[in-house]
Amino acid sequence: MHTLNGAQIIIRQLEQLGVDTIAGIPGGANLPLYDALAASTTIRHVLARHEQGAGFIAQGIARTTGKPAVCFATSGPGATNVLTALADAYLDSVPLVCITGQTPRALIGTDAFQEVDTYGMSMPITKHNYLVRSAADLLTIVPKAFQLAGSGRPGPVLIDVPKDVQTEMVSFESWPEPLAAGVERSPASDGAQAITAAAAMINAAARPMLYLGGGVIHAGAASVARKLAEQGEIPTVVTLMGLGILPSEHPLSLGMLGMHAPRATNLAMEECDLLIAAGVRFDDRATGRISAFCPGAKVIHVDIDASEIGKLRSVDAGIAGDARAAFIALLPHIEKRPRPEWRRRIRQLQQDHPRFHPDDFAPGRPFHLIRQVAELAGPEAYISTDVGKHQMWVAQAYPLTRPRQLLTSGGLGTMGFGLPAAIGAALAHPDKPVVCFTGDGSLQMNIQELATAVEQQAQVKIVVLNNQSLGLVRQQQRLFYERKYFASSYRIKVDFAAIARGFGLQAFDLDGADNPDALLTGAMQTPGPCLINVPIDIEEEVTPMVPPGAANTTMIGGSHARN
Amino acid sequence: MPATDTHNPSEAQPVNTAILRLTVNNHPGVMLQICGLFVRRNFNLEGIFCSAVDQGVTSCIWLKVDETDKLDQVIKQLTKLEDVLAIEERPDARPGVSEMEAMMARIG
Repeated sequence: MHTLNGAQIIIRQLEQLGVDTIAGIPGGANLPLYDALAASTTIRHVLARHEQGAGFIAQGIARTTGKPAVCFATSGPGATNVLTALADAYLDSVPLVCITGQTPRALIGTDAFQEVDTYGMSMPITKHNYLVRSAADLLTIVPKAFQLAGSGRPGPVLIDVPKDVQTEMVSFESWPEPLAAGVERSPASDGAQAITAAAAMINAAARPMLYLGGGVIHAGAASVARKLAEQGEIPTVVTLMGLGILPSEHPLSLGMLGMHAPRATNLAMEECDLLIAAGVRFDDRATGRISAFCPGAKVIHVDIDASEIGKLRSVDAGIAGDARAAFIALLPHIEKRPRPEWRRRIRQLQQDHPRFHPDDFAPGRPFHLIRQVAELAGPEAYISTDVGKHQMWVAQAYPLTRPRQLLTSGGLGTMGFGLPAAIGAALAHPDKPVVCFTGDGSLQMNIQELATAVEQQAQVKIVVLNNQSLGLVRQQQRLFYERKYFASSYRIKVDFAAIARGFGLQAFDLDGADNPDALLTGAMQTPGPCLINVPIDIEEEVTPMVPPGAANTTMIGGSHARN
Repeated sequence: MPATDTHNPSEAQPVNTAILRLTVNNHPGVMLQICGLFVRRNFNLEGIFCSAVDQGVTSCIWLKVDETDKLDQVIKQLTKLEDVLAIEERPDARPGVSEMEAMMARIG
């Protein structure tokens, strides 16, 4: 017989589920939970400086390990602050379990101090959520929340726990049996038929294209996807969330598709006759105007979320199931087949529209910096980005070699993601280097987490690509609003190195440095968290660019623009 | 609530709506789950009727959905809700739903 209060039940179950790190901030309504957490010997608590930071630290853990990670917040502002991180996790299918405190049951609905409708507000941005009405319910809710977060299409789950439920005593005979983590993993019952149909389409195609996204990484299907590409000699594009599935240097890799893709990639997509989409959702940043996307192609769509199949593009074969299971089922049916004409055509497009120009790598330019950092960080490094120009430059030029190497806010595009996500990655992988590429705009959205990085001694190198502006906004004003720049550049110059030092980080500033290369090398080799400020010309643009709402074949700019 | 003002249930209805019967977990947030989904996915809901069944463990929700072209997507999205235990497409229940609508109009 066990007699515990609700908070103790939660903490004991988190221990049993193997949780070793929780990021969060205590407050009035979750103090019982923190009281129970203080007694835990196996869980490390990471005190964030803002609940959104806590949510993104948990994301850093979850995105790199693939397992649900946990964050805590109190009621009211604690809950509203964490919502952005939950929405971000929802759009990128990241497994999180967020546990919030709530006002005591008797006060719910009375506009009590720090009361908000966390359950109602989190509903549209979570995979599932709970308002716990009795402590005994926690015995089933906590394991179920973990199962939901990590299974099928992963996502965030929120558990809102009133303070008096946290303190309510419960006596029970035994802990519930652990739930299987892998529910919903098997392909649908009509799977075999769809596999045969898909295989026949692949074997018959002259110009097939693999289009892979985050779902392939979630399914642990990257290596089998690569096998499929190689066996059928199928050129492969990835979404932002799919970067790392194929090493960027792989001969079949055409890199990222969509708004900031290499020209040759979007042009090749236009010509494909079969699109094999897996773990993707035909997001507008990837497809451009959907009615003009791969206009001549039949479509095979593999996704564990059946609602994604046919949501935006009708399909010729839909496989509702796990990408890894689907690829393994497909492989024996895929003829080993060279496609010399198709490969030749793509090579021609790449020659006509080279991905990079040598000038792109001149000292002081973004790609030069990114490649330098990549060399110094080594292939083992985890890379997080914030959102903006620097994010797209990293996506275009960083030599990513493995799944889960890149942490980036894809669906929600949340500025402020990079630093706390990097801290989370560093906490989950203390033996690996972690680099956070950020911009001066993004860093200022969660800059307080510099304190967390120092306090936890997280091995994070923060590289600030500082153009003293909201670069992508400014770029859109230049291209689509007649250069009427408004509210897109900062009128004061912030000394990020000085600020970082104020938080206790080591900091380096390449602005005006005599030997920036040597300074960067030294900074990257400095143990512990550090910040490196790198001035970037405000006119450096992200090219090519597909205007929002245009077809992917409408690409503006770039060293090789042929407009 | 029903938007149509149908007084005569026997009157022929244009069949551009679908009738769905959901079985859901009965708790205070479940109606919000269903209605919220329709709002955020931009689906039109013409009518909803909900009542607890099974000694209050589950609820039965009748939906009149004005999305025959998107019905597949509506059903797939509803299926994903953890609190939705079963979904049936019930064209046979159309007369019953019309009667319910007429009754509500009579109640005023």
